Parts: sequence; C-alpha cells; structure tokens
Amino acid sequence: MTDLDELCQNFTLVRSKCAGPFMLTIDLMFTDAESRERLVASGLIAPEAIATLYGVDEAQVQVFDIPTIDAVKISFPRQIPSSDFGDRDVSGGQLYARLIDALTGEFR
Amino acid sequence: MAGDLSYIALTGNLGAGFKEASLRRGLERPISFIGSDGGSTDGGPHHLGTGDWLWGQAAYDRDLGLAVEGAGKAGVPLIIGSCGGSGNDTGVFGHAEMVDRLAARVGLKLRVACITTEPDRSFLVEKFKAGKIRALSGAPEIDEHTFDLPGHIVAMAGVEPIQDALDGGADVVLVGRCADAAIYAAMPISAGVDPALAWNAGKIVECGVAAAENRSGQDSMYCAFEGDSFVVEALDPALRCTVRSVGLHTLYETADPYRLTMPSGTLDSEGAVYQAVDDRRVRVTGGTFARAEEYTLKLEGATSVGFLSSFWGSISDPTIIRDIDQWMSTLIPHIHDRLNDAFGAPYKLDVKLYGSRSAERPAVGTDGQIVIVFDLVAESQEAATAMTRAAFHVAFHWPAPEWSGGSITTFAMPYSTPVSDRGEVFRFTLNHVAVLDSPDERNAIFDITYQEVGST
Repeated sequence: MTDLDELCQNFTLVRSKCAGPFMLTIDLMFTDAESRERLVASGLIAPEAIATLYGVDEAQVQVFDIPTIDAVKISFPRQIPSSDFGDRDVSGGQLYARLIDALTGEFR
Repeated sequence: MAGDLSYIALTGNLGAGFKEASLRRGLERPISFIGSDGGSTDGGPHHLGTGDWLWGQAAYDRDLGLAVEGAGKAGVPLIIGSCGGSGNDTGVFGHAEMVDRLAARVGLKLRVACITTEPDRSFLVEKFKAGKIRALSGAPEIDEHTFDLPGHIVAMAGVEPIQDALDGGADVVLVGRCADAAIYAAMPISAGVDPALAWNAGKIVECGVAAAENRSGQDSMYCAFEGDSFVVEALDPALRCTVRSVGLHTLYETADPYRLTMPSGTLDSEGAVYQAVDDRRVRVTGGTFARAEEYTLKLEGATSVGFLSSFWGSISDPTIIRDIDQWMSTLIPHIHDRLNDAFGAPYKLDVKLYGSRSAERPAVGTDGQIVIVFDLVAESQEAATAMTRAAFHVAFHWPAPEWSGGSITTFAMPYSTPVSDRGEVFRFTLNHVAVLDSPDERNAIFDITYQEVGST
C-alpha cells in the first residue's frame, strides 16, 4: 500500500472551494472519529501548518473541528482572489491537493 | 408557528436542470411556494462584469418554463434569486421577459415583481464617506474611487425585499443579487416560522439535492416545517438525505460551518440537531438566530482589467522538460523585449506551467509532458491579440539548451490558429458590507417594480 493509499483510508472526502471570491475553504470528512482526533492532535493541520503551506497569515486561518459529523473545516483568505491576474483556480476546487501532498507520508 | 408550511427548492441553479418528475412529485404535495437560486460567483467576476448569464437560452426556457407552469397552476409564488448568475439588473428584467413568454405559452396571467439590486453609486460613495462601508475577511483595499470604477456593483438582498414583493401581490418574484437562503426563508419567516429554522432550512436546500448522500446531478428538494422542526427530503425517491449528508452539506462553500450572516442577523446552527425520520428524510431542530443591531448589505463588485488573449501548447521533449527553467529564463525576457520593441503599449503577461515538477515553477499533474499556457492582458482586444501572436512566435521557436545548429519547434499547438481571444476580463472589487441607518433604508437600493405578464 502506498503512502497515498494509507492517507486516503482516513477520509471519505477531501475537497476545497471558494467561499466567496476572497476566501478558500477546505473540508476534510473522516472515515471515523479516531482518524479525525488523530489528525487534529498531530498538529499537521494546525493554523501554523496551514499558514505555511498556503502562504497566508496564521492569524487568519480558522480550523473548525466538527465531531458531530467527523469533519474538519479549514478556512482562510485566498492568496490571489478568484480570477485576479495570475490566479490558477477560479473556484478553488483543486487547491486541496497541496494539503494532500503535505499529509502524504506524514499521516497514516 | 405556521405548522404546515412547505416548499419545493427546485434546483441549485436555475438553468442547470432538475428532473421534471421530481417537480411533479412535489406538486402533488401541499406547497406554499417554489424557489430557485440562479446565482453563483464560482465562475469568477465575468458574469457580474458583463451581465452575461450562466447558461444558454434553451436551458433557462426549460427550467423556468416548468417552474412558471408548476407554480402558476398550483397558485403559489415562484421566487428566483440572483437572476442570470450575478443578479445584474439586466438579468432581472431579462427573466421577466422570459416569464412573460413562458406564462403566455401555458395560458397563465401572472403578476411579476422585479427587485433590482444595483445601488446608485452616489449612495455608496456617501456610505463610504460616512465610514459605513465595512471590510469582510480577505477584502481588497478600497477607496472612494472604487465606487466610480466601470462595471457593476450589486447588493445582496435578504428576506425583506422578497417579503415586500409578496406583500405587493407578486405571483413571481425575480430578485437581482440575493442571499441563497433568503429565497427560502422569506415566506416562512413572514408566516411566523422561527427564523433560526427558516434560515437553516434555506441554507440546507439552496443547492438542491447537494445535501443528499447519493446526489447525481441537479434536482429538487422538499422542505416541510412541522412544529419546532423542519424535514428535508429529496423529491427523487432514489435519493437519500441522511443525518451525515445533511450535516456535511452545511459545510459546503462557506468559510464558517455554523454561522450565516444575513442583513438582519446571524444564524448559528452549531446547536442544531439532525435526526433521521427514515432512510431518506432528516428532521432538524434547534439553532438560533440573533437579530443584528445594524442592518447590513453585502456588496459585490466587478470591474474590467483589460482584454485577454491566450495560447497553449504541450512540450514532450524530455530535454526541454529537464531544462524548462533555463529555457523559460531566457525566453520570457526576450518576449518582453519583442513586445516593447514592436508595440510600446501596456500589457501584463502570465505564463502558467502544468505538469511540471520544476522547483521554481511547481505545478500539479503528471510527469512526462508539460502544458504551457501564455496569457496576455492589454487595453484592447486588438492589442492583446497582436501582442499574443508576437509572443507566440517567439516562444514557438525559442532555442532549447540541449540543441544547436538549426531552428526547432518547442511545443505542440493543439489548434489552428493557436491564439485565442478571451474577451474582456474582470476582477472582483469588493468584499464589504454597507451598514444601513435602518432596515427601511434598503428601499434606497432595492427597487421593486411590478408587471402583469403572460396571457392577455
């Protein structure tokens, strides 16, 4: 089993999307409570880690732990607003890939 | 409490479709209204900037035709928010023309309310000078000049203008830019439903069946208020709404999973409880709605940044891929030299690499081939086209580090001609709210006009 396979066993869905043109939001939906608790406790998705990964101000990163549905939501302002010159992803729909890359091999 | 108020949420986006059988199934039940969202900023600022609609005419005719006939014959209001995609005034009046034509086709005479949402710029300038334009998270810097920029600015309507239009006897309410959930919360709140329930229900159904576990394409939802709860259900019997799917959908495309800020206050759904009624219906109770001390309207704006031309090609030669940073580092300055020498006009150039594992220009994708995209924005389409053609020719034959002794072709172009004109391009200018002196000041922004349409 590859590192990516092992990572994906923890999630039913990982996605990102614009929340309006100026904000990005990433939803992590976990297979079970144990996976969610382990990732939250690991610090890998702490605001500091997300800020580094996405080049944004740590103070503007919000991480919501949502135990009732075993989900985590991560929201922060976009580095480049939707469709501004130089933007690569107008709706932000593939911007979660960077998080997948960062967690691969680090979280099982 | 209005015990038996219920409604159909037709589709997540008018023109994106729904199953006709689902609407028919909904119409067999007691309903108080049919609603549909028509808007989105997902596609970027183009639609707000130009007024172009999201879908094709036939797609609107199909969805709106069925909606007008269904609501008209059931004798219940039809409420459409963010007409055309961006909610520009032209979208509202364009939808009124469609309703006229589609109602006449099925022998219905209807009273249409058009709610326009493009504020007078002078009103916004006064608000700005008074310190009543407030930045939201991630907002761009603005100044007084922001409100003079060409393009469009819309204010997002809450429930109040819709309630005004319904009070005015409208059979069809066509709203410019409108909060998605307000389409579904307006009538229930007027009827006495707890605003927390009305807003939470609206938030869940505003994307149609996106809240269903096994969603496949756009379709209709049914929502019924029962005492201190509401029940949501997909109208296609094959689709299941579960506690988890509904809960997960409340996260969709919103920065905060619980709080939804509307002009009149804020929904907090953190305390809401989701319970299965059976294997495809979910009952929701709880949540709170805190009425705001200030009435605020969210503003969206788009203005032109010029005209775009593009070309793209794929690079397969492993030596060029290996040396891509070196190739780019000599190519890009040469393109600038060529453009400045030949045109002497302002432009902006952006080069995107896809499939590259370059450290300097990382991109997602697979190894083995690189796609290179050149985008150039200039002050007119003519200038953008001319400069992009010149840039194309420089790049197409730019020497690669590995090879010498003859002219080479560095990428494969997929089209003849390689340069595409993409028209005028825009940027979003505002992520702000206007603070009104009182809720009644909304009448300075939202203009409601009535038309009697359809069969004469």
